[in-house]
Amino acid sequence: MNAILETRGLTRTFGAVVAAKDLNVRIAQGEIVGVIGSNGAGKTTFINMVTGYLPPSSGDILFDGKSVIGRQPRAITRLGMARSFQVAQLFPKLTVLENALVSLVAAEGDRPSFFRPLDTPQRRERADAIFAEFGVTRYRDALVSTVPQGARKLVDIAMALVSQPRMLLLDEPTSGVSIEEKFALMDTVMSVVRQHGVTVLFVEHDMEIVARYVTRIMAFYSGEIIADGPPRSVLSDAKVQELVIGHHLDVNAALGEAA
Amino acid sequence: MSSFSFSSLRNCFSSPTEPALLLAAAVFAAGAWLMPAWLAFLLTLAFAKGLVVLGVVIQMRAGLVSFGQALFYCIGGYGVGLAAQSLGISDAFALLALGTAAGVLLALACGWLLTRYREIFYAMLTLALSMILYGVLVKSSALGSTDGFNVAPPSFLGWMPEGDARKQAVYLLAVFVATLVALGLHRFMVSSLGRVTEAVRENELRVEYLGLSPQRMLFANYVVAAGVSALGGGLTALASGHIDPDMAIWTTSGEFVFIAILGGTGHVVAPFIGAIVFSVIRTFAIQEAPNLWQMTLGVSLLALILFLPKGLWSLVARSKKTEVTGISSPVSKKGVGASPKGISSPVSEKGVRA
Repeated sequence: MNAILETRGLTRTFGAVVAAKDLNVRIAQGEIVGVIGSNGAGKTTFINMVTGYLPPSSGDILFDGKSVIGRQPRAITRLGMARSFQVAQLFPKLTVLENALVSLVAAEGDRPSFFRPLDTPQRRERADAIFAEFGVTRYRDALVSTVPQGARKLVDIAMALVSQPRMLLLDEPTSGVSIEEKFALMDTVMSVVRQHGVTVLFVEHDMEIVARYVTRIMAFYSGEIIADGPPRSVLSDAKVQELVIGHHLDVNAALGEAA
Repeated sequence: MSSFSFSSLRNCFSSPTEPALLLAAAVFAAGAWLMPAWLAFLLTLAFAKGLVVLGVVIQMRAGLVSFGQALFYCIGGYGVGLAAQSLGISDAFALLALGTAAGVLLALACGWLLTRYREIFYAMLTLALSMILYGVLVKSSALGSTDGFNVAPPSFLGWMPEGDARKQAVYLLAVFVATLVALGLHRFMVSSLGRVTEAVRENELRVEYLGLSPQRMLFANYVVAAGVSALGGGLTALASGHIDPDMAIWTTSGEFVFIAILGGTGHVVAPFIGAIVFSVIRTFAIQEAPNLWQMTLGVSLLALILFLPKGLWSLVARSKKTEVTGISSPVSKKGVGASPKGISSPVSEKGVRA
């Protein structure tokens, strides 16, 4: 299967610290990949390099066969790779609807009109459809700063998906979300991405979430990938249990619950 | 034959602001035959200042404070003056168009550099550019050095009024231009670009990851701001009949920021309200306490920040919550804007984009 994302010898150093070391990754279209690792393992550095936020010290990143090295994040977004953030990146003093309208304008092109209003019936209709898909309709007219964390996360992910990307990178989608909300949030997000055939790579600390939703796991430790494969084999790996998870994990139980 | 209906008239307007602006313009225009000449002159200059302040305000809505908007005020004024003096053009409309074009051209040249910077670095760079112009003008004896030069009385599409009629014509021109710009910028503020620049102020990182260039949005905004400010400068030159380097000095820019805070950033009309109130306070303060007028203005600003942090417009907005043209002031009560947490901004500590 063709790789939608491929990294070759991707390395990033911060002074003497090697945050990512010779990462060679191939992600096929349609995969749902979970990235796990303890704090400082290089997960977010990897996402930041892939999405153009951080330039790598060396190596190459190919998205759909094209190198994205040296491209601005906006150019990478326009190629079809979107992302959400660990802390939802929204426009806090705008309403949820206005946030969506700005995303819709961005998805229409990179030169917003001087005179055509942001708020048009067509865009409102599309925004309403997105809100219904993500279950956030009731927050439509609320200022983002007043919306609960779980809904904010959903709006953040919805905004990333407005441009109909082929790949979505999620940085800890359930961080800061209550235990009661996190599975509902992931069910909603995964339902939407599967419906649209979007390839997903997400960083997550919660093994229950990882086990339930991914088709493949990459385990990071100290800037390197120490295990990469189907959830059962990666989570059963003694090295992963010791260095990444930090305790013995009952894999059958984790995957069984997921099933 | 089609019949007239109020509903078809209503459809011509995108919001209630537009007919309200036209009504206000009609009232001010009618005032040309009713008000004393001194008041008409004061209002002419206030409308011109309002245009410059509008340039400051649309930058504030994008999260940037210009302490050098006098650069464009002065360029607009000198553009008009030089076109009249060197090219022999006397038509007020052509002169204003040339003054505005001069401001826009300068903004196209400076904008790419300035819009790479944020916060205090942007403010200081705008100030530096205006002071460079001031320095050049002061040293240019061909342009009258510190004295500047006079601008010949304009004609209006071939009509050359004299005496009070000329002052009245310039006043009406100011009302016309201010209304036209207010209508245009009202549409701009609710346009896709206008609202995206507000989004840039709120979270530049998100705008970038939506696929838009924050710098390009700010650049477009900067050029629009420069154009209206140059227009204000040109109008001032026509009204006062004189231009000098003080138009570019930093205290002039400070005055525009003062008026922007006085009026507020919530609506396209706010800068005009601020400019009129400022002109009235200053006129009476100078008349009643010639040695203390700056202190009077300072106390007024202090009181305003304490009691009306969102400017005089918030008095209107409080009583009339019918139309939302944008969002609240980008500068909070403490003068600090919201910043995204969890990931550092692409703007470095020096305020320049990485």
